[in-house]
Amino acid sequence: MLERIYKAQQLMNEACKTLGRQINIMEVCGTHTVSIFRNGIRSILPKKLKLLSGPGCPVCVTSQGYIDIVLQLAERDDVLIATYGDMIRVPGKGGSLETKQASANVKVVLSSEDALQLAKDNPEKKVVFVAVGFETTAPATAVVVKEAAAESVENFCILSGHKLVVPAMRALVSEKNHNIDAFLCPGHVSVIIGYRSYAEIAERFGRPCVVAGFEPMQIIEGLAEICRQLAVGKAELQSVYTAVVTEQGNTTAQKIIAECFEPADGYWRGLGKIEKSTLKLKDKYSRFDAFKKFDITETPGEDASGCRCGEVLCGLIGPTDCGLFGKSCTPETPIGPCMVSSEGVCAAWFKYGPEERRER
Amino acid sequence: MCLAIPVRIVELEGDKAVVDAMGNRWRAKTTLLPEAKLGDLVLVHAGFAISLVDEKEAKETWQFLAEIANFEETPNKVSG
Repeated sequence: MLERIYKAQQLMNEACKTLGRQINIMEVCGTHTVSIFRNGIRSILPKKLKLLSGPGCPVCVTSQGYIDIVLQLAERDDVLIATYGDMIRVPGKGGSLETKQASANVKVVLSSEDALQLAKDNPEKKVVFVAVGFETTAPATAVVVKEAAAESVENFCILSGHKLVVPAMRALVSEKNHNIDAFLCPGHVSVIIGYRSYAEIAERFGRPCVVAGFEPMQIIEGLAEICRQLAVGKAELQSVYTAVVTEQGNTTAQKIIAECFEPADGYWRGLGKIEKSTLKLKDKYSRFDAFKKFDITETPGEDASGCRCGEVLCGLIGPTDCGLFGKSCTPETPIGPCMVSSEGVCAAWFKYGPEERRER
Repeated sequence: MCLAIPVRIVELEGDKAVVDAMGNRWRAKTTLLPEAKLGDLVLVHAGFAISLVDEKEAKETWQFLAEIANFEETPNKVSG
């Protein structure tokens, strides 16, 4: 183990020396962010290697407009909201789903199947499934939409907030943050999409893309592989998470996504509107589309005053550069989504960052 | 949120499975992984198996999950 760490450190040091400047690597996945903090990985990195936490926490990148739509729907007597627990505390206009939970029309589910079952058990209600998440979660939604169609569960619908990882990475390197040198790509998103999906980012934009799992050694060796590439001026696709990530990904899941959804332009917190970056239900499933059922349109919405989650998600500032961090915005009283989600970078900084920075 | 959990399939009928991780059992489906068989170790995310996984990887991930467990403070969090 130690030998592997030394070897990785050597590659990182060589890259810093060769490039002679700061190297910025963005970890895209919120679970990586937590693991990096939890395992103290920053402490073994060269000073010139900086890790930026990217837009890889679905709760964090969901637009305020979407959150406000969910909260409005939760007000209706004829609606039951089915949501993953991650979304429950995000504040919006007039509270959060947690505060609406008291009125008994918000239910936390552990899977999309549970949401469909809720619709079957409550035929007098319209059940709206808050369908958020990246490509890992989207196929689970697609499966139940197909089931609802096959079984004619007409009181079931989904509010698709599903997002695609690669268009966000493209938006980051092409316009939002030119300082990102490479990406540590998400583990379980890549199980579905396969590492070939990052080809454009490596080939067109010249940024190394390396997939890693969540154990500390995986992350360290993923970072080392990125550094090896940077030192020799290459940008390649690579996976150090060979146990589960293949080049092609899970093609059954990809087919089910493509059968139910089509890419559409959509809003991200911090990144704004990104072309073909969200998943919209295809017309043949429109009767299960909550946007159509309730005749609503998603707008970007307004972020809370003073909240700088958007800049944090692009890697432009660190959590402690936000004036609200650790003062009015804490995990107990979160203002922005990066503090709400346990995978949010602000929550991770608050829990694991240096003491003096927590109490600004 | 995109974290999947390694589990063993202990019951399987069609695409409906009962899975076990560290003694916890729950229902999951193999719709997205038709090749999954009874007794296989698979990664499960939000109630669906998405990939086969080997014994070594499963053990490492269980260990990792146990280590980060104290970080997860959000009630009813889906780590699926």
